Amino acid sequence: MPFSSILQFIVSGVTVGATYGLTALGFTMIYNTTGIINFAQGEFVMLGGMLAVFSMKWGGLPLPVAVPLSVLLVTAVGVGVDRLTIRPMRGRPTVSLVIVTIGVAILLRGGAMLLFGKDTHSLPPFSEGPAIPIGGAALLPQSIWVLGITLAVLVAMKLFFDRTITGKAMLACACDRKAASLMGINVDVMVTVSFAFSALVGALGGVILAPITLTAYDVGILLGLKGFAACILGGLGNPFGAVAGGLIIGVLESLGAGFLSSGYKDAIAFVILLALLFLRPSGLFGKASADRV
Amino acid sequence: MSSIRETSSAPGLALFAAAIVAAPFLLPDYYQSVLIVAGLFAILSMGLNLLMGYAGQISLGHAAFYGLSAYASGILTTTFHWPVPAGIAAGVVLSGVTAALIGIPTLKLKGHYLAMGTLGFGVIVYIVFNEAVALTAGPSGLTGIPRLSAFGKIFSTDREYYFVVWGTVFLLFVLARNLVRSRMGRALRAIHTSESAASVLGIDVARYKAFVFVLSAVYAGIAGALYAHFVTFISPGSFSFHASTQVVTMVVLGGMASLWGAVAGAVFLTVLPEWLRAIEDYDILVYGAILVLTMRFLPGGLAEGVERVLSALASIFRGKAKASGGEGKKP
Amino acid sequence: MKGMKLFSAALLGGALLFGGVAIASEPIKIGAIFSVTGPAAFLGEPERNTAKMLEEEINKAGGLLGRKIEVVVYDDESDPTKAVTAVDRLIKKDKVVAIIGPSTTGSTLAIASKVEEAKVPLVSCAAAIDIVLPVRKFVFKTPQSDLLAVKHIYRHAKKNGISKVAILTASDAFGSAGRKELKELAGKSEMTIVSDEVFGPKDTDMNAQLTKIKGTGAQAIICWGTNPGPAVIARNRKQLGITMPLYMSHGVASNKFIELAGKENAEGIVLPAGRLVVDEQVAANHPQKKLLTSYVKDYETRFKVPVSSFGGYSWDALSLVAQAIRAGKSAESAAIRDSLEKTKGYVGTTGEFTFTPADHNGLTEEAFVMVKITKGGWEMLK
Repeated sequence: MPFSSILQFIVSGVTVGATYGLTALGFTMIYNTTGIINFAQGEFVMLGGMLAVFSMKWGGLPLPVAVPLSVLLVTAVGVGVDRLTIRPMRGRPTVSLVIVTIGVAILLRGGAMLLFGKDTHSLPPFSEGPAIPIGGAALLPQSIWVLGITLAVLVAMKLFFDRTITGKAMLACACDRKAASLMGINVDVMVTVSFAFSALVGALGGVILAPITLTAYDVGILLGLKGFAACILGGLGNPFGAVAGGLIIGVLESLGAGFLSSGYKDAIAFVILLALLFLRPSGLFGKASADRV
Repeated sequence: MSSIRETSSAPGLALFAAAIVAAPFLLPDYYQSVLIVAGLFAILSMGLNLLMGYAGQISLGHAAFYGLSAYASGILTTTFHWPVPAGIAAGVVLSGVTAALIGIPTLKLKGHYLAMGTLGFGVIVYIVFNEAVALTAGPSGLTGIPRLSAFGKIFSTDREYYFVVWGTVFLLFVLARNLVRSRMGRALRAIHTSESAASVLGIDVARYKAFVFVLSAVYAGIAGALYAHFVTFISPGSFSFHASTQVVTMVVLGGMASLWGAVAGAVFLTVLPEWLRAIEDYDILVYGAILVLTMRFLPGGLAEGVERVLSALASIFRGKAKASGGEGKKP
Repeated sequence: MKGMKLFSAALLGGALLFGGVAIASEPIKIGAIFSVTGPAAFLGEPERNTAKMLEEEINKAGGLLGRKIEVVVYDDESDPTKAVTAVDRLIKKDKVVAIIGPSTTGSTLAIASKVEEAKVPLVSCAAAIDIVLPVRKFVFKTPQSDLLAVKHIYRHAKKNGISKVAILTASDAFGSAGRKELKELAGKSEMTIVSDEVFGPKDTDMNAQLTKIKGTGAQAIICWGTNPGPAVIARNRKQLGITMPLYMSHGVASNKFIELAGKENAEGIVLPAGRLVVDEQVAANHPQKKLLTSYVKDYETRFKVPVSSFGGYSWDALSLVAQAIRAGKSAESAAIRDSLEKTKGYVGTTGEFTFTPADHNGLTEEAFVMVKITKGGWEMLK
C-alpha cells in the first residue's frame, strides 16, 4: 500500500478521533465532579449540530451567529439538566443518577425528533475551499477547524483546572466531596458548572462536526459510545487522556478499515478497551495504581 | 423495608403463581405475546438484579449474553438441525462460560470495571452478529428457527408458550430467592455494603462476584434461547447496546435488590408502550419522563412504591394517625 | 297463522335491512405496521404518511363496497419483537381483514408465520426476496427485489466497458441484502468484484474504505445503502479526488440524497430507481404517468418534504388491498387473499403488479429505470 494511502488513513482518523475526544472531554468533566457517567453526553453533541442547522433554516441566521447561539443554548440545556434532575437527587447512589441520565438522553433525543423531524441534515463548512493535498492525502479545510478547536478546548481546560480557583475547586469535589464542602467549596455550584462545561464542549463538537459528517436526531448514541470508550482508554477522569484516547481510537479505526476489515472496524476500539481492562485497568494515561482487591 | 420483601414471601409466592395462571384468562387474547416478551425480560432483569442489587456491579452489555444464547440455539437448531432442547442447553452454557471469561479478570478490580468491560464486550458481540454473515446471516437476520419442542410436544400456540416462559420465570424466581436468603446472599450484601469490610471478614469477594455474574449471564442465556424459539427469527438489532440499557432500566425502575421489583419493572416497561400507542410519536417522551420521574421521586423503584402504598394501607387499618410508610430505607 | 308468517317475514326483512345498515356503517379495518421511529424511520414515516393520505382519499371517493375504510397503524420502532406484539393486536383486538407493512424485512419475516396461522393477507413494504421466496400463501410484497436493481446496474456498467468493480455496502439489512445479490450476480454478468468493503449505517467517515478501493484497480464503485451513509461517501469521493464512476442503489432515490451529498458531489452518480423520482420525464402515454404525477403532488403539498419511493411502497400495498376488495366484492380475509393473487397489470407507483400463485411480488425489470444525477436533478437514461 502506498504511503499516501497510509497518510490518508491517519488524516481521516485524526479528524474523526478529535470528535470522539471532544465527546470524551464532556464525559470527563462530569465524571470528575460527580462520579457520574452522563449518558446524555452524546445528545449534547447532537443538539449542538441540530440547533445550528435549524437556527439557520428557521431563524435565517448566518453561520457565524448560528454556531455560537447553538453552543449557548446547549450550555443552558446542560445547566437545566443539572438543576432539574441531578441536583435534587444529591446523595443518591451513582447507579440511580446514571439511569436518570439515560432518561434525560431519551427525552432530549425524543424532543429533537419531534421538533426537528427524523431527516438527516447538513451544515455548510466554516470556510469554503477544496480539499488541501498533503503528501498525496486530502485534508478538508473543516478538518483543520475540528483539530484547532479541539486543541484550543484542551488547552483552555488544562489552564482552567491548573490556574483558576474554580477549576481547582472542581477537582477537589472529585477527590472528596465531603472534604471539599468542609473547605467551603459550594459543591452544588461546581456540579452545575461541570454540566454547563460538558454541554458546551459537547455542542462545540457537534457544530464543528456537522459540516463533515451530517447530523440527525439520533447521531448522539454512537458518538456517546465511542466517546465513552475514548474516556476509558485514556483513563477515566483524565482530560488529556480523553482527547488522546479519542485520537487513538479514530486513527486505529481508520487504519483498521484500511488494512484489516471495514466491517470490524467499530470493534477495534472495544477490543483494545477489553485488553486494556485485563492488562492495565487504569487506562493508557492513568496512574498505574492496581486497584486489586 | 427488606423485611416485608423477604419474609412474607410464602403467601407471596402462592399469589404470584396464581397470578401467572390467571393472567391469560383474565386479559384479552392479544396480551399473550406481550406477556411472553415481558416474561423474557423478567428473566433478564432478575438475573441482572442479582448482579446490580446484591453484588453492586453493573453490566452494560447484558444483551450480549441474551443474544449469544439466542444465536447459538438458533444456529444449532436451524443450520445444524439439533433438537431444540439441546440447542437451548448449548446456548445457555455458552453464555455462562463467556461470562466467566469476561468476569473473572475484571471482577478482581475494584469499582465499575465490570461495567466498562461488559459495555465493550456487548458492542463487540453485536458487531460479530452483524459481520459473521456465514454463521449468523448478518444484519438481515436468521430465519426459520423452529418453535420450541420437547418430549415430542411442539409449543406452537402463544398460550402454551406463555406457560413455558412464565413457568420458567417462576422457577428462576424461586431459585434467586433462595440464593439471596442463603449464606451466599448475606455474603453478597456484605460485599455491596463494603468490599473491604467483607474481605476482612474472610469473604472471597472476587469469587462471589464472579459467581453472581455468571449466574446472571445464565439467566440472560435462558431468556435469549426462549426468545429465539418464540419469534423464530432473530436479528442483531434485538441485542444492541440499546437493549442492554433497557434491561438496566427495568432493574432500576423495579427497585434494586428486589426480585419482585425486577419482575414488575420488566412487565411495566414492556406493557407500557401498549398503552402509549394512542399517543403515537409522543410515547418516546413519556417513556423518558417516566424514567426520570420515577428515579427522582421513587428512589427504591416500583417495589418501594408498592411498599409505601401497602404500609400506608396497613397503618390506616391499624388506625394509626401517621403513616410513616417508605421511611427508614436501607440499601 | 298467516299473520305470524307475515310478521316473521317482516322481522327477517327488518333484521336483514338493519344488519345490512350496521355492516355498511362499520368501516373495513386494515392494519398497518410501520417503523415510524427507530433506525428504519426513514422508511416508516413516509409509509405511514402515505397510508393515512390514501385512506382519506379512498373514503372521500366513497370508500369500498359502500363502507368506509379505517387504517390502524402501529409503530414497531424498527424492532421485530414489537412487530410480533403489534400483529397480535391487529389480528386479535382490532380484527383487521388485511395488513400492510411492515417496513423492514426483519419485522416482516418475524410476523410471517403469525399471519399465515391467522389467515390474514399481508402486503409487505420490505424489499428482500426472502419474503416471497418460497411463496407463503398469505404474504405479498410491493417493493422491487434487489436482484432487479443489481441487474440494471451491471448491465449499465457492462455497456460502459466496466468489468472490475468495487462494492461498498452498508452493514444493515438493506446493505447486506444488496451485497449478497451483487456477489451472486457478478459471475453471470461478467463482473469481477475486486474490493468488497462495508460501512456502518451511522458511520461518518468513509475515507478509509475509499482510499483502499482507490488502490485496487477497480473501474467503478457500487454503493448500497440508505441515507446518510451514501451521502457521506459521495462527499468523501469528491474530497479524495476519485474520478471512477459511482453507482448507488435505489435506496437513495430521493431529492434528500442530493441535498445531503451536495450538488457538486452528487453530480454524475448513476442509480436504478422507480419512476417516482423522474415522474416529470416519464412519457406522457406511460401507464404510470398519471398516478405518479398526482401522488408526488399530493404528497409534497401535504407533508412539505420531498417524496421518496418508500412512501410509494405503502401506496401500492394499500391500493392493492383496496382493489382486491373491490374486485372480489368481499372484505373477508380469505377472499381478499384470493382476489389479490388474481391481480393482473395493476398500475402502482413502483410498477405494474401481476401476482400469480408462484409470484407474490409481481414486478418485472420494467419497474426500474436507470437515472443519473445532473446539476442537482434527475435525468432518466435510455
